[in-house]
Amino acid sequence: MSEEISSVVDIDQQEYIINIGPQHPSTHGVLRFVVSLQGEVVKSLQPHIGYIHRGIEKMCENLTYQQIIHLTDRMDYLSAHTNNEAVCLCVEKALGIEVPERVKYIRTILDELTRLASHQLWWCSFGMDLGGQTCYFYGLRDREKILDIFEETCGARLLLSYNTPGGLMWDIHPNFQKRIKEFIKYFRKKLPEYDAILTGNVIMHQRTEDIGILSLEDAISYGITGPTARASGFSCDVRKRYPYSAYDKADFKEIIYTKGDTFHRYQARMDEMWESMKILEQLVDNIPEGDFTAKMKPVIKLPEGEYYQRVESARGELGVFIVSKGEKYPYRMKFRSPNFCNLAIMNKLTSNFKIADLIAISGSLDLVIPDIDR
Amino acid sequence: MQDFKFNIYDLSSFTHWVDVSLYSYCTPFWAMMWEMIIIGVAMLLFYAVIGLFLVYAERKVCAFMQNRIGPNRVGPYGFIQTVADLVKLLMKELVIIRKSDKFLFYLAPFIVIIVNFMTMAAIPFAKGIHAIDFNIGVLYIMAISSMGVIGVLIAGWSSNNKFSMIGAMRSGAQIVSYELSVGFSLITMCVLAGSMQLSTIVEGQSECWYIFQGHIPAIIAFVIFLIAGTAETNRGPFDLAEAESELTAGYHTEYSGISFAFFYLAEYINMFIIASIAATVFWGGWMPFHISGLAGFNNIMDFIPPFIWYIGKTFVIIWIMMWFKWTFPRLRIDQLLTLEWKYLLPINLVNIILMALIVLMGWHF
Amino acid sequence: MDNDKLKEKVLSIVPNAEIVNGNQYLEVTVIPGKLHELAKQLKENPETNFDFLFCQSGVDYGDSLCVVYHLESLKHKQSIVLKTKTPNRENPIIDSVYDIWKAAEYHEREIYDLLGIKFRNHPDLRRFFLEESWGYPLRKDFKDEINIIEK
Repeated sequence: MSEEISSVVDIDQQEYIINIGPQHPSTHGVLRFVVSLQGEVVKSLQPHIGYIHRGIEKMCENLTYQQIIHLTDRMDYLSAHTNNEAVCLCVEKALGIEVPERVKYIRTILDELTRLASHQLWWCSFGMDLGGQTCYFYGLRDREKILDIFEETCGARLLLSYNTPGGLMWDIHPNFQKRIKEFIKYFRKKLPEYDAILTGNVIMHQRTEDIGILSLEDAISYGITGPTARASGFSCDVRKRYPYSAYDKADFKEIIYTKGDTFHRYQARMDEMWESMKILEQLVDNIPEGDFTAKMKPVIKLPEGEYYQRVESARGELGVFIVSKGEKYPYRMKFRSPNFCNLAIMNKLTSNFKIADLIAISGSLDLVIPDIDR
Repeated sequence: MQDFKFNIYDLSSFTHWVDVSLYSYCTPFWAMMWEMIIIGVAMLLFYAVIGLFLVYAERKVCAFMQNRIGPNRVGPYGFIQTVADLVKLLMKELVIIRKSDKFLFYLAPFIVIIVNFMTMAAIPFAKGIHAIDFNIGVLYIMAISSMGVIGVLIAGWSSNNKFSMIGAMRSGAQIVSYELSVGFSLITMCVLAGSMQLSTIVEGQSECWYIFQGHIPAIIAFVIFLIAGTAETNRGPFDLAEAESELTAGYHTEYSGISFAFFYLAEYINMFIIASIAATVFWGGWMPFHISGLAGFNNIMDFIPPFIWYIGKTFVIIWIMMWFKWTFPRLRIDQLLTLEWKYLLPINLVNIILMALIVLMGWHF
Repeated sequence: MDNDKLKEKVLSIVPNAEIVNGNQYLEVTVIPGKLHELAKQLKENPETNFDFLFCQSGVDYGDSLCVVYHLESLKHKQSIVLKTKTPNRENPIIDSVYDIWKAAEYHEREIYDLLGIKFRNHPDLRRFFLEESWGYPLRKDFKDEINIIEK
């Protein structure tokens, strides 16, 4: 096998090769970069993944659709709800079920809360990557409030598993709306603090501006999505392009920056937090009355065919591809995970930058390793 | 044996009493030996206490900056947490890497800590508490404190770890560069003081601290000294040598147990030394804050013992350095060197000329 | 361009392509030899301009191994699904589309790793998640007594 396929990106043995990862403070998981250096300058980089490959796609082939939901939490654990929703939407589309309006609203609200929580955690770890450790605690302090809302309604803080094909597991907690409104009021005051401690800092600007520039052509060609691509001017927000759940009822801006450097990727995510709060404010008071789930049979069998569903997770476009043969298990299930595609650009972005920039760039891509490995 | 009256405002009578008593009991050789032992033990104790306290202080300060409580379990307000940590580090196994250069690997922490210890000798802690009062004290401090980088380089090289190596190389480039700024800003003040002897420098500030006497150039020199001094201690935004998010722990990645504790302690003592030099040269060391003409105010200030003045000033500067560390992101290596060679050094050179002009024309206070 | 025109377009490039109106997208099945040509034409023709490969997946249909390409044209807001099947299970080889869409690099490595489909002209085709000693787990005939519990 290996004789036939020669490896082109052969790391020159004369260069200084270091392993960043699998255990390293700023790869945020078990990702491993084999970096070849010249002095401090990165010459080439190869990601090595698979340390937590659990074969979720293979496992799905032996599980019913209700069970699959609980596996998808474990992919991108920071936007667990979005992953759940993607599978549910795909199954509902295949069955031709129209879920109640109430479900759509609640799903969208939870989506945005997930996005906020995920971006907060991204912000704190990005600050850490740059060496400003205080950021970490600011972000976590506010993320805790969102997790409390999750806990009250879903019973879990991280891996929600609140969705089920056809609707939700149970209705929302009576405090749900009140808590969200309190949170938005609170977080509107706290978000400027983030800017005060990191965005406005001169060192932070020097460290991120003109670093790791991703061009629009590359973004499209490499299939980069999410805020990472939107910072390069690639209008790829699935929420706008193919609205699902209640996104068509909300009025929000798609954040587009054009330069595509690390600072714009940072700025795109910061602005998305404001937009998420706007969406939340519009939807939270208008949750219609109704059932929290559509009528579903206990055994779900998808009609034979192929189904694809795209949703916007916090890191980019998440795709679910189901090939069904009319059984209660999927014949083949594929997750197009945003991080897997975003990782592909790392080598190109980091070449000829320094090690410190490599850390900043990988931080700005917001990689979540279980999502890459699946 | 002369009469001894303990005076907290002038400890030279106490040290003089010790000296005279020892010489009256022993032969001059043994008296000197005893003095050296007493000073050594006293310094060692001071070193350990300050080191442990600074670790505790840093943890508390950073906790307050980060909406946390910090250590609060061991002792009141977690006060003896660091002692517990030290005991833990003492009991930990010393991990030896098979392919490291063992002699240098063990030597490196000692070099760092000895250099530290030697620097402490020249610092005037209070009136009369001064291990050695060189007439070239400032030069001595600059010369010795820059030798610590040798220990760091040896540590990085002998660990046989690529991250350590990069960290050590960064540290070398950084300390060699910033040594210039530290030196030049101190020289600026020596021009004003007209002396390199630390006791003379402190005495010269009895009317007014040098940072006020030298006004503009002195303030510029102080700011530069603070920046360069922070860089020299490998702290704050300049902690590239151990850059946690890039190089895991830099040059001390492979150290464990007490040899790690040596590096850790040395970092804090370094910070203390830089802060005390800054306090001594710019803020008058143990000299109380005086405003000429206000006799009443000066008397109140004089009521506070010199040692408290010295420690207070030092800790204010240490707090500023901690503040840097916990609010700024880290610089990149090229930005770090740009800052030194393109900004601080030229400003410094101009500043020396400005200071010389001010001293010549008598435009200082 | 609507689906009918797109059909004509595809048929003009590959006359014997199988075209199905799927429940979401137009699904085009071609033989492996024609795939690269069709893909290149679809990308480069300004009328179609499918410039965004948003998903590429491999499926084992039992008798054949299949690669599915989900394409989207950002300009024309249109999507299409390309499929290519190879009955050769021993040594399946399909042309890489890495030179057309860079995103294919990682997708193809993943498919190679999990299904054992080799891609001609791929720059760096190595195992991605698993080690060399593994089989190809997403194939339906894959057996692993230790790790996978069959239902």
